[in-house]
Amino acid sequence: MNDLIHSLIFGIAQGSIYALIALSFVVIFRATGVLNFAQPALMILGAFATSVFAIDLGLNYFIALVLAMIVIALLSMGIERVAIRPMVGQSTFSAALITVGLFIALYVISTRLFDSKPRTVNDPWGVSALCLGGNLKEEWGFVSCEGGLIIYWHSIGKIVLATIVIAALFIWLARSKYGLAMRATSMDQETALAQGINVGGMFSTSWAISGAIVALAGGLFAANGSVIQSTDALFALVALPALVLGGLDSLKGAVIGGLAIGILMNLTKTYQTAIAPWLGLNFENVVPYIVMIIVLLIRPYGLFGTKEVQRV
Amino acid sequence: MTLSAHNLEVVYEDVMLVLKGASINVPKNGIVTLLGANGAGKTTLLRAISGLLGVHRGKITRGHISVDDVKLDTDQAPAVVRAGVSQVMEGRRIFIEFTVEENLLVGAHTTPRAAIDSKLDYVYEMFPALKGRKKQHAGYLSGGEQQMLAIGRALMAEPKYLILDEPSLGLAPQIVSQIRDLIVQLKESGLGILLVEQNAAMALSIADHGYVMENGKIVMDAPAKALREDEDIQEFYLGLGESAGSLRDVKHYSRRKRWLS
Ligand SMILES: Nc1ncnc2c1ncn2[C@@H]1O[C@H](COP(=O)(O)OP(=O)(O)OP(=O)(O)O)[C@@H](O)[C@H]1O
Ligand SMILES: [Mg+2]
Repeated sequence: MNDLIHSLIFGIAQGSIYALIALSFVVIFRATGVLNFAQPALMILGAFATSVFAIDLGLNYFIALVLAMIVIALLSMGIERVAIRPMVGQSTFSAALITVGLFIALYVISTRLFDSKPRTVNDPWGVSALCLGGNLKEEWGFVSCEGGLIIYWHSIGKIVLATIVIAALFIWLARSKYGLAMRATSMDQETALAQGINVGGMFSTSWAISGAIVALAGGLFAANGSVIQSTDALFALVALPALVLGGLDSLKGAVIGGLAIGILMNLTKTYQTAIAPWLGLNFENVVPYIVMIIVLLIRPYGLFGTKEVQRV
Repeated sequence: MTLSAHNLEVVYEDVMLVLKGASINVPKNGIVTLLGANGAGKTTLLRAISGLLGVHRGKITRGHISVDDVKLDTDQAPAVVRAGVSQVMEGRRIFIEFTVEENLLVGAHTTPRAAIDSKLDYVYEMFPALKGRKKQHAGYLSGGEQQMLAIGRALMAEPKYLILDEPSLGLAPQIVSQIRDLIVQLKESGLGILLVEQNAAMALSIADHGYVMENGKIVMDAPAKALREDEDIQEFYLGLGESAGSLRDVKHYSRRKRWLS
């Protein structure tokens, strides 16, 4: 029972980060029709930016996180303006290819700039944990909770922060004037223009929002008590199965897909070795891609996506 | 006080010359209609005015647009709306996933916040059918109601000039006559109206002035009354001539020279 609850909480925490990353893809996709493969690099840059503000400049973790979100938002906005905007009207495939190039460029930059020393983000949680109904022990930097339920503080932090930001985004989109304009732009650019909406400004805004969200994902991802490296950008790739599961153009789908993948991975991790040991070690890392393939075969537009989008 | 296109030349994709020096004037407080066969370039002229050419890879290569003698920045669609020129595009183009009220609110994007509520009241009063359904998805409205919504949405921006691209397209006769009455009512409230119509009989029955466009050029420019009485117009646009029917288009073409000379 404790195992189950532990896996669920851990899965939701990890899923919150996948949800944020998937959301950052969807925000851009809905606004500009581009699948931005540079997002994983922006995520790791977000984590490094948090580290720079928190460790090198000695700021509070939460302030560092907000500053990192701002920096990556500006970077993302700049990328759209310089590399993507000129492609308006070209095929979405060429735009997607450009983003692959951007990923590689940003990834190389991040290894050059940040991998030279071990980096953490000075988060307030580390490996500290709650131990419900058991004995909390801390040895060699590991905590354990004999006979009880262990809940890491960083799991709670991830879930809370992701929930706040996702809720804020949804409320902004649903209620505010510019949220409405943004949704209108994603449905029909020409009609949005004809209503006096600054469509270019909406593109910039959506890339900025996406950058901020993925930077938050990076800063939260890094808050797990260990060091981060550029290769951790690969973590963000798991957002792709989440994206496919939820539907490429659905914000709700991104959140639900992210959470579902996170939970599924952690349940697999907990139970697969007992139930199906012949599948081998680390099978949980394969699960998202199996889900992705199944979804693509039977419901290519995902749980909440629009049917026409599947061809992209 | 006019909305004017001055000697406008428009090219699509850098090669296709579609408008070849078209000029029109729409006075405030008047209805001007622009007639012409399919593909003449009417919608292109409207796009040029509203700053929507960019979306279609088109460009104004000569001439300009002015509103009340001030040159309009047609590279910026929002600037056009802010200058008081709103367009109801061909095909209504409402946001079907939005509610009726959300559609109207998008139309109010450039309207000061304080004025939005009274504008909403004004539109709902004009279209009671929309009022009862403001929380419904706009996609469930009938074609006529969608056209009303598209016009209402344009009015939310408090325009001085309203451009309508084929508002009667695909609508039942009694809806068309409702729209016709509405256009007259809007003119009387002080708007300048530029009306593009396939239904030339309807358009000429309410217009003060009319233009006929052929192949990217204005070939006739006369008071609506004169156009109504013109033999060619009767024959080609009002379907009154002896050769109404399938020969119309062919004849249309052969007669064009006469208008040009
Ligand atoms: N985006 C575009 N690229 C290239 N050519 C275009 C484009 N849009 C329109 N055209 C061409 O420009 C010409 C004028 O088209 P336009 O839509 O302005 O005509 P119209 O008078 O509005 O016709 P209709 O009565 O059918 O609406 C046509 O020959 C059309 O094929
Ligand atoms: Mg047209």
